[in-house]
Amino acid sequence: MAEIAIRNAGKTYGKTRIMQDVSLVINNGEFVVILGPSGCGKSTLLRMIAGLEDITDGEIAIGGQVVNRLEPRERGCAMVFQNYALYPHMTVAENIGYALKVAGMPKADRLAKVAATAQSVGLTEFLDRKPGQLSGGQRQRVAMARAIIREPKVFLFDEPLSNLDAKLRVQMRHEIRRIHNQISATSVFVTHDQHEGMTLADRLVVMNKGTIEQIGTPEEVYDRPASVYVAGFIGSPAMNFLPGRVTDSRSAVVLDDGQTIPLVSAIKPAAGQMVQIGLRPEKLTLAPLGGGALAARFEFAEELGSGRLYHLKIEDVPVSVMAAEKHSFVEGQTIGLRFPNDAVHVFDGASGLRLDLHHAPAAALVSA
Amino acid sequence: MRRAYFKTSWIAALLLAPQLLIIFVFFYWPSAQAVYWAFTLEQPWGGGNTWVGFDNFRNILSDPYYWSSVRVSLIYAVAATALAMGMSLILAMFVDRQLAGYKAYRVALIWPYAIAAPAVGLAFRFIFNPNAGIFSYVNTVIPGLWDPTQIGWQAVVTIILAGAWKHVAYSFIFFLAALQSIPRSLTEAAAMDGARPLRRMVDLQLPLLTPTVFFLFVINITDSFTDSFGIVDTLTGGGPFRATDLMVYKIYSDGFRGFDYSGAAAQSIILMVLVMALTFVQFRYVERRVHYT
Repeated sequence: MAEIAIRNAGKTYGKTRIMQDVSLVINNGEFVVILGPSGCGKSTLLRMIAGLEDITDGEIAIGGQVVNRLEPRERGCAMVFQNYALYPHMTVAENIGYALKVAGMPKADRLAKVAATAQSVGLTEFLDRKPGQLSGGQRQRVAMARAIIREPKVFLFDEPLSNLDAKLRVQMRHEIRRIHNQISATSVFVTHDQHEGMTLADRLVVMNKGTIEQIGTPEEVYDRPASVYVAGFIGSPAMNFLPGRVTDSRSAVVLDDGQTIPLVSAIKPAAGQMVQIGLRPEKLTLAPLGGGALAARFEFAEELGSGRLYHLKIEDVPVSVMAAEKHSFVEGQTIGLRFPNDAVHVFDGASGLRLDLHHAPAAALVSA
Repeated sequence: MRRAYFKTSWIAALLLAPQLLIIFVFFYWPSAQAVYWAFTLEQPWGGGNTWVGFDNFRNILSDPYYWSSVRVSLIYAVAATALAMGMSLILAMFVDRQLAGYKAYRVALIWPYAIAAPAVGLAFRFIFNPNAGIFSYVNTVIPGLWDPTQIGWQAVVTIILAGAWKHVAYSFIFFLAALQSIPRSLTEAAAMDGARPLRRMVDLQLPLLTPTVFFLFVINITDSFTDSFGIVDTLTGGGPFRATDLMVYKIYSDGFRGFDYSGAAAQSIILMVLVMALTFVQFRYVERRVHYT
């Protein structure tokens, strides 16, 4: 069993605090993706689990044992590095088998195990080569094999796919998920790429400026982002935000230009509260004006092949709409926008937090 | 790389002239003179010389004192190099691990390189003086145990230590640079693979340092042959009984003390060929060493 429990973890370099109060429980066998922009502390958190960075506050436990003061080798984690970190003077076989050699496994057993592991990632014919003679994808496989061979309790991935081209990245993504399912270790995967996060994760952890913004399944994070930050970070193209004020009846929001957006009854804002309305471009449809449609001014459209991304403006606020239909609007033309009522996300204007966060179904609650 | 081109070649020649002049006056001219003297018999007080062909070389190569000088030079070169490189590697690894106070160490370790060889010799003369400091104490406990002015091998040890001490700084800088060019993630990967610091040093850092080791080995050996004069001159003066009469020092003492200009010139030609051979080895192999990507 290797459950990872992170309790109020924090990190300071000298006097600079770069992470604080991070709490997260990663269940045994779970695939968790930590997602965030560069500098948000996600790699630091991973390296704190690995033992490559000191934990300056709080504690981290792996399989019930607090590891704060353990050396990396005592934690039972294997790590795949962003630049692969292959040993350049060793052959592929020596790279893969190094951990076993250090552990003192007899040579015959070691070679057999290296061969088996190499086969499972399709490296058999490259065992005698040096890393310098391999392509990016092959190096990536060596790094994976080196991690797998130790049969770790915990698998750590530090942006392992960011140096690959787009096609290989998708392929390796599937490979990583396949290997995870096969060896049933607990996996923690750090990335800034939301597609990787959405496709790989059992649960996503969205980080920003050294704190966790939201923990949830990819679906929950997409459907019920906990804050303006998460809402804007997840989803492509990014969510539209419209500032507005809640009416006295608390049943609608008045936008800056006077148009109103009705609220569903589950959302209970205070009368007069300043809010941000979030609308995903793919939930909006273009419609004739009138009949409750939101009026917007057309600016330009981008061709996507499968459809078009329409850029519009409501007052001065940009709004984008993704639609399969191909219209030819003229610049400045007023167009109607429609959307289902449950597609309206409402965030507090000041804190940026989702208003109906606590009315969420039980599954969406953080399991930490 | 940006290059400047001159329309008129005389500007280029003018700019090159000072450097060429220095090289000519201080290197090519004396070298040519030495080659000429090596094949002639020069009179000690001037006034004519006689062409003697290879006689000077024959004399030297059949002189047992010359061969003992070669022997002690080799011992000195290998021992001082090994000691200096070993020490500097260990020090560089400590600094690379960023142990407490490593910034102060780094500066302190580079200093010795800025000290002139005679000054090093003088300092070590005090340190190893049988009548002063630590060794006077040793000698009171066991009389006659330490006296490099009397006991040949002790004199050799003395110049080896002084020479190594001076070379530590140079090797240290190169080792530290090489260590720091090893990506940190490699060390981290090895740490994740279960290797302790000492194991990582042996399996990872040392193999990746081989190009640097080779480069420093050649440089240090070459330097030991040519740059040891100041240390020998101030520490032992070649004695006792020629025990520390290194090749470079023998050239000086034969030529300027023994007034055997021709013999000294022939010896310096031999030394020059030796250094050129080492330099060739360095250019030939160091430049083409395997570089890891």
